[in-house]
Amino acid sequence: MGKKVALTGNEAAAHAIRQINPDVVAAFPITPSTPIPQNVAQFIADGEMDTELVTVESEHSAMSACVGAAAAGGRVMTATSANGYALMWEILYIASGSRLPIVMAVAARALSAPLNIHGDHSDIMGGRDTGWIQLIAENSQETYDNLIQAIKIAENKDVMTPALGAFDGFNISHAIEIWELEDDNKVKEFVGEYTPLYPLLNTKEPVTHGAWAPPDWYFEHKMNQLEGLLNAKDVVVKVGKEFGSAFGREYGLYEAYKMDDAEYVIVAMGSVCGTTKDVVDSLRENGVKAGLLKIRLFRPFPYKELADALSSAKAVAVLDRVSPAGAQGGALFTEIRSALYDANSRPPVINYTYGLGGRDTQPQHINSVYDKLKTIAETGKVDKQFDCLNLRGTWG
Amino acid sequence: MSEKLLNWDEVLIGGAIKDPGNSKSYETGSWRVERPVWNPESCIQCMFCWVYCPDSSILVDENGKMSGIDYDHCKGCGICVEQCPTKPKSLAMLLEADAKGKSEEDLRKEVFSK
Ligand code: SF4
Ligand code: SF4
Repeated sequence: MGKKVALTGNEAAAHAIRQINPDVVAAFPITPSTPIPQNVAQFIADGEMDTELVTVESEHSAMSACVGAAAAGGRVMTATSANGYALMWEILYIASGSRLPIVMAVAARALSAPLNIHGDHSDIMGGRDTGWIQLIAENSQETYDNLIQAIKIAENKDVMTPALGAFDGFNISHAIEIWELEDDNKVKEFVGEYTPLYPLLNTKEPVTHGAWAPPDWYFEHKMNQLEGLLNAKDVVVKVGKEFGSAFGREYGLYEAYKMDDAEYVIVAMGSVCGTTKDVVDSLRENGVKAGLLKIRLFRPFPYKELADALSSAKAVAVLDRVSPAGAQGGALFTEIRSALYDANSRPPVINYTYGLGGRDTQPQHINSVYDKLKTIAETGKVDKQFDCLNLRGTWG
Repeated sequence: MSEKLLNWDEVLIGGAIKDPGNSKSYETGSWRVERPVWNPESCIQCMFCWVYCPDSSILVDENGKMSGIDYDHCKGCGICVEQCPTKPKSLAMLLEADAKGKSEEDLRKEVFSK
């Protein structure tokens, strides 16, 4: 039986890694994910797991060591944040292109400059096209649950693609919450043994990893890789169901919170969804048809399913915890708006950037978004497609 | 190149290669601008060229002796010529364009008979 524990999101990630007990963890410390490898090191020192912990000199080396260990045939995990994730960039593509099912915990954080160590999605949104599966958690429980499921998703023979389980830096990584830690053996049984496809260490069947592909081969390999990533969508649903049967918490591609008849809908991901649910609850008490569409799987992006989930919406606001960086809107906004282009209802969609560099987002800010959506639905007019939440000064 | 070009759904995942050493079938010799020409008369069989060649393009016979150059793979970097210790050198670079259509024997004479 599982037990209720009061621990941080980082500890939730570390416990998931302890129970999975991968062959190798190669990691380099960076705020706010440092406590993950730190806890893993402690678990190893205490004899609670026998993972080979490789303490490298940078995140570039951490991901490189992960790639080597995974190519050798090991089950491999790591953790990082922000600039560390950015330093891995080159190797993230090599992990996904080599189809190595590495699983990484990311305590999502702002990127410098200006120097800031607090939570936002600049790191994972910047890396959204590195070919990794991206699962995003709302709280510590989901952080733990997602990492366990990520192993099964990534290692599925039709997928064989690395996966990251992201959770908001500080809001989740350092906040103590009550969540359910499952029984060690049940988790081990759930993730099962890993059988690599082409392990380098199998000298009976020699294999080459990391060979070059000239112009007459590269294209075919990249499309073959894409198919693996796209296959993850169905596997996420399948593993989410299996997880539900094993532990009582079922997961899908997204969470539809009070969405059945929702007319005013916020689409968001991460810890802000907790605040948004509270606001939805109080609006519902007052008869306002508010809803939240919480993104769980960002890559591969389940655009069709998300568009269907928004079919009752009269106005939609997408919250991005990242700067649009010169695009029409944030990363999630452009995906959602594009998904809705083919929908019959095609509701108006607006975009907010919020929470950059750890800026607080409170119920009053979420309330202002629903107020805006009501006005848009009533007047049919969008005066501002893009705005900011809790920014000093008026934007645009 | 003699390999069969496969479709995207036929390639091995992750660009893995199950027949290691298949780079042999990729003839990098076509990249060459200059080629090394060997003079067996002055060669002292020190094997420096074999040690230094980055493309394993120095041919070795069954007795372990330097026996020529694998022009299907030699990229013409000239490292073997740099390393050859004999005076005069037993390897010399020649423009590929000037070597076209001539036998190895003729080239040897042309390069080393001065
Ligand atoms: S020119 Fe370069 S590649 Fe060719 S045989 Fe000499 S060392 Fe090898
Ligand atoms: S380096 Fe020169 S002398 Fe030595 S084996 Fe090669 S060709 Fe002969």
